[in-house]
Amino acid sequence: MMRYLLRRAAHAFFLLIGVSLLAFAFTVLAPGNYFDEMRLNPEIAPETIAALRTQYELNRSLPVRYVHWVSSVLHGDMGFSFAYNTPVAPLLLVRARNTLLLTVTAMLLAWGIALPLGIWSAEHLGRLPDRLVSWGTAALLVVPDLALALGLLVIAVKSGWLPTGGMVSLNFDRLPFFGKLRDLLLHMALPVAALVLSVLPTLVRHVRAAMAEVLDAPFVLAAEGHGLRRRTLLYRYALPAAANPLISLFGFSIGTLLSGSLLIEVVMSWPGLGPFLLEAILARDIYVVIGGVLLSTLFLVGGNFLADLLLYWADPRIRTETGP
Amino acid sequence: MHGLVRVENLVKRFSKTRLAGPNQEVRALAGVSFSILRGTTLAIVGESGCGKSTLALCLACLERPTSGKIWFEEREISGLHEKDRRVIRRQIQLIFQDPANSFNPRWTVLEILTEPLALTGNLRGEEMRSRAGGLLSQVGLSPDMQGKLSSELSGGQRQRLAIARALALEPKLLILDEALSALDCSVQAQIANLLMDLQGSLKMTYLFISHDLAMAAYLADEIAVMSHGQIVEQGAPEKILKQPQSRITRELLAAVPRLDFSPHRTAES
Repeated sequence: MMRYLLRRAAHAFFLLIGVSLLAFAFTVLAPGNYFDEMRLNPEIAPETIAALRTQYELNRSLPVRYVHWVSSVLHGDMGFSFAYNTPVAPLLLVRARNTLLLTVTAMLLAWGIALPLGIWSAEHLGRLPDRLVSWGTAALLVVPDLALALGLLVIAVKSGWLPTGGMVSLNFDRLPFFGKLRDLLLHMALPVAALVLSVLPTLVRHVRAAMAEVLDAPFVLAAEGHGLRRRTLLYRYALPAAANPLISLFGFSIGTLLSGSLLIEVVMSWPGLGPFLLEAILARDIYVVIGGVLLSTLFLVGGNFLADLLLYWADPRIRTETGP
Repeated sequence: MHGLVRVENLVKRFSKTRLAGPNQEVRALAGVSFSILRGTTLAIVGESGCGKSTLALCLACLERPTSGKIWFEEREISGLHEKDRRVIRRQIQLIFQDPANSFNPRWTVLEILTEPLALTGNLRGEEMRSRAGGLLSQVGLSPDMQGKLSSELSGGQRQRLAIARALALEPKLLILDEALSALDCSVQAQIANLLMDLQGSLKMTYLFISHDLAMAAYLADEIAVMSHGQIVEQGAPEKILKQPQSRITRELLAAVPRLDFSPHRTAES
């Protein structure tokens, strides 16, 4: 177990270093920088710009800047934002929190719907319920996420039932506690719905496929022959046996918590990482961009690591393969 | 004397619904009738696709027949509610052809055996373990095997384990659906003898389903030959072997491998 863990952790560590190197190199080597636009402004003296460039080490070589950046990451501030004139880490953390509020809710909802729906579909394989689910998920898969988000926005605007942007209302601070909660939930409804609808078909189809395979196996028939209840058979017996691919998929879901909602956040103006990173990329606020990439990678690596741990815990065959 | 099982005019049709065109219909059972006396073995022999396995599933309450009746201990069971059928299922256990797929691949031998045990009684940890050990020795396996995964066992051991798991529920009827077909000859003979021993000691009733007429004759008190969803010939093993009445029986007989060491043949060759 220890060896397995260590190997996985080493793997994750090198992956993070590789990603940080690539992200750093690509962002820094891309043409243009934050101060280029200042040069067009006649009111800023060239000496001021030169001084700023020196202050932010833009004239130093790439390896030197990388090493300095890594040491600042180790100190926990992840570099400096040119646009906000503060360390990057606190800026990112606030946005990441907003994003996670959205994506964690959406992920839990999506899995909560996908599991029973996929199992129901697999139980009635080839019959009417299964066909309905297949058609429904196919229809959802065909519609691009962007169109889905825009469609939801149109509905919200026309009906006026839900707020169409932002995270809270203007009068949020004056609301009582439950008023605040209600306001937040109302603002979350649209982006969460868009996220759930965009990931749901994939999840349902994976659950259906994994369950259909297990339900077809003779050992399930044997268990049914022992006189198990239908629900026990499906949820306690067949589902754990079908769990391996689903656990990997779940790890992937966790991995995309920070990166999966960027587009929908931009479209629905949710103050999360999406609009923040977009703005930073356009302004070439490089340390914000690199920090965002690194944080997403951390989640992806962490999600996969968690999936490995869960697999190890759930499947005795993997335990015997990898040794104690 | 009444039988344990009585089947009357059993019909099972499968229909494939299609989006366009007429529905396809497959008739797996076309009016099958027989009965099995307590403590005896009936063998159903036929080619693959003749409806043997469908018959097994209908009897085990895992499929509902399209029409016809099944009596088990003088009770009609094909039309019962799902809840009652669950109770009946425990008394009729199935053993499948492929012992490799018959077990949850994640479970150890102990877990495999305790799954049915947990359904029947209120056994607690230690009792469960000793009952599992008892079942293992009953089928000729070592009780030390409890911690192994089914994938670590040989084919014959797996089939013994499948029998042990079926015995855990103390069934009255054991349906062996091609249960020996995936094993090699020497192992087949061992398992066949085990089955006969168990029948002697537990007074169990068997429905032995196979395409192997020789093995059927060895195990069974009566043989029924099936073809295209119907029983074409039925009788005592000697009668079926010596005076086969139907074409299908003669074909099945010809398929039985034989070691023929008669003197004049060796002289010829």
